[in-house]
Amino acid sequence: MQATLEQPIAMQAPVSYRVDASSAASVRSESTGKAVIAAENFFIYYGTHAAVREVTIQIPPGKVTAIIGPSGCGKSTFLRAINRMNDLIPSCHTAGLLSLDGVDIYAPRLDVVSLRQRVGMVFQKPNPFPKSIFDNIAYGPRLFGVRNRRVLQEIVEKSLRRAALWDEVKDRLDANALGFSGGQQQRLCIARALAVNPEVLLMDEPASALDPRSTARIEDLIGELRGAYTIVIVTHNMQQAARVSDHTAFFYEGELVEFGATRKLFTKPEKKATEDYITGRFG
Amino acid sequence: MRLSTRKLLDRSFTGVGLFSILLMGLALLFILGPIFSKGVGALVFRQTVEHRRFLLDKLQRGSPKNLADEVRQVQEARQPVYADIAALDDKITSGPRAERRQYRQYQEPLNELKKLVRELLGPLPGESVPLITTEQYGQTRWDRAEKKAQQILFIEEYDYSDPTKMGVRILKPRVEQFRGTPVEPLFDYLNQHLEEMLRPRWTFYAGFLFDMPFDSYMLGGIWPSILGTFYLTLGAMLLAAPLGIVAAVYFVEYGDENFLSSQLFSLIPRGKSTPESSDSLRDRAFKIAVQAERNMVSMLRICVSTLAGVPSIVFGLFGLAFLIQTIHLSETKSVLAGSATLALLILPTIIRASEEAIRSVPHSYREAAVGLGAGKWRTIWTVILPAALPGILTGTIISMGRAAGETAPIIFTAAVSLGTPLSPLQALSQPTPALPWSIYVLSTEHAALDQIRHVQYGMVFVLILLVLGLNFTAILLRARIARKLRG
Repeated sequence: MQATLEQPIAMQAPVSYRVDASSAASVRSESTGKAVIAAENFFIYYGTHAAVREVTIQIPPGKVTAIIGPSGCGKSTFLRAINRMNDLIPSCHTAGLLSLDGVDIYAPRLDVVSLRQRVGMVFQKPNPFPKSIFDNIAYGPRLFGVRNRRVLQEIVEKSLRRAALWDEVKDRLDANALGFSGGQQQRLCIARALAVNPEVLLMDEPASALDPRSTARIEDLIGELRGAYTIVIVTHNMQQAARVSDHTAFFYEGELVEFGATRKLFTKPEKKATEDYITGRFG
Repeated sequence: MRLSTRKLLDRSFTGVGLFSILLMGLALLFILGPIFSKGVGALVFRQTVEHRRFLLDKLQRGSPKNLADEVRQVQEARQPVYADIAALDDKITSGPRAERRQYRQYQEPLNELKKLVRELLGPLPGESVPLITTEQYGQTRWDRAEKKAQQILFIEEYDYSDPTKMGVRILKPRVEQFRGTPVEPLFDYLNQHLEEMLRPRWTFYAGFLFDMPFDSYMLGGIWPSILGTFYLTLGAMLLAAPLGIVAAVYFVEYGDENFLSSQLFSLIPRGKSTPESSDSLRDRAFKIAVQAERNMVSMLRICVSTLAGVPSIVFGLFGLAFLIQTIHLSETKSVLAGSATLALLILPTIIRASEEAIRSVPHSYREAAVGLGAGKWRTIWTVILPAALPGILTGTIISMGRAAGETAPIIFTAAVSLGTPLSPLQALSQPTPALPWSIYVLSTEHAALDQIRHVQYGMVFVLILLVLGLNFTAILLRARIARKLRG
């Protein structure tokens, strides 16, 4: 781990993970949340098919940005490109520039591990590991070399509190995560992502597999996390986008059609396609 | 289709399934029942005084004083038998001439009788002590003693007069041969006083398991074989499981994803300027490399499948030719060479099962780990392998039973008929007896097969218990892990 962190172009890991125990106790309570994600003429290909085309966008830091659009419009692909989850797909490659705080995310010598530490991800279906709650949350910190049990406990508690899950699970930290409800599991996944102190949180339809009550809790949670993290959320649910986001991007057929303040985009869209979509004429 | 028809079909399908399971259970019971009941006979049986004498003489087990009493009483009971035989012997050898001539005809039958009595009760009084251990004692097991007594009482003959039928067994009382001789009352006496002569007593003979073999297993003693099988199985597992799992990880995690070619080509920079001008030479070379790697992986897969179908004796010969004669894993047969051969034999099973288990780990676990910043290796090690462990264990369990029971691969690589219990260190360089091999040897090469049937059954019984025990442990382990994973 140490070796990769010291690579010249490596993204800087937060101080707390490079120094151990004593200083890790003072994990900064507020994430700076000031990372700017910027795409410039950005393409994503599956083989020869361009799933995302010519996207140029500046996602404002510390805000919640929603990405909407019909199925297959490339919004999830774009989201997953931000922490290079698409690397898992062999045929996938990119062109153009996608940067985090001015550093090219797809630079060949970039340390993907520290990128993913800065850019956390929450998936559509809750996917806790088949381990205890504690081990789930501690997985990330352990990856970055935190071994001290006491420090881990602090991180676990802090993360669970942030994800509004602490009161429900504090007595059952050793219980297997798969034994909890879907909504709890999803909040656990959010807590797990928060445990490594990311600056950006990517959410890929985080509530689509949940019932309305759990969905509401997740939305409340996003509201609470606003400001502390740059949040990008992909959603099919336009009411949800309207409720939780500050800015909204509308993707259609792999292209960014419109991007702007949520209130404006939903009330006075500039493009015809956007209007058609949000009024339910297609998609 | 009408609802009632559907229901009927559904029910009959369930019924057939249940029936087949029941049938399988019955068959298993049918096979295991006799093996178990006969196998237990090797451990729990009625031992005669001869067995106790053997234990005291050779292994210093039991109380000398009690046994001395017993032997005195037994000798008393046997006295009339010995006396009758001696009397006839006397008449044949040292009586008046006329008498000798008259009794000469009894010489042959008497020798036969003496041989049988010797087998039943041990050497006759005044005879020198035989060299072979078993011949120094009479029948040690009551069931065998009873059979021997039958042989003394009746001569077994087969009537082949009707050529269209199998020979008919005829039992002729042996007493007929000795009418009018001093031996005549012996048979009645023997029939009535057999118990007093041998004093059978129920016993649990743990020595069958934990002793060294005496006189080619005449008296049990299969400890070296048990230990040998244990070492061979354990060794095979230790060699095959890590290899198999690593191979499975490669097949699933790397083999499908052009790992080698991707690694190779990641060293060559990609032209990144515009999407259209992607350098086609690099792409073409990459495609060729990917194809080559695919071919290699599918070749490897075919090899693994083929390996699973190779007859086990071929593995044995391979072990001899390659492991021992070519790379000199050991000077001669050894547990190490045998384990390695068995490991090769079970490798395909472990690879296949592990592959399936790893493949069935939900993709979302992978995404979660990677999303948190875990590298590929970290993901496999901390998330995928733990989640796949129950499935991997299943394959391992199956192959463990196979390794324990295989005979052919160890014939040339590890097994000897007789040997001493080895220490783990010795196992690296020395051969060992093993249960499957001992069973095989007993059934094909033993001089007196009918005498040691119980030993054979005992060995089979122990082998089955060993395999079941190993499986049971592994199943418990798997259940525990699976429960932990399920939450």
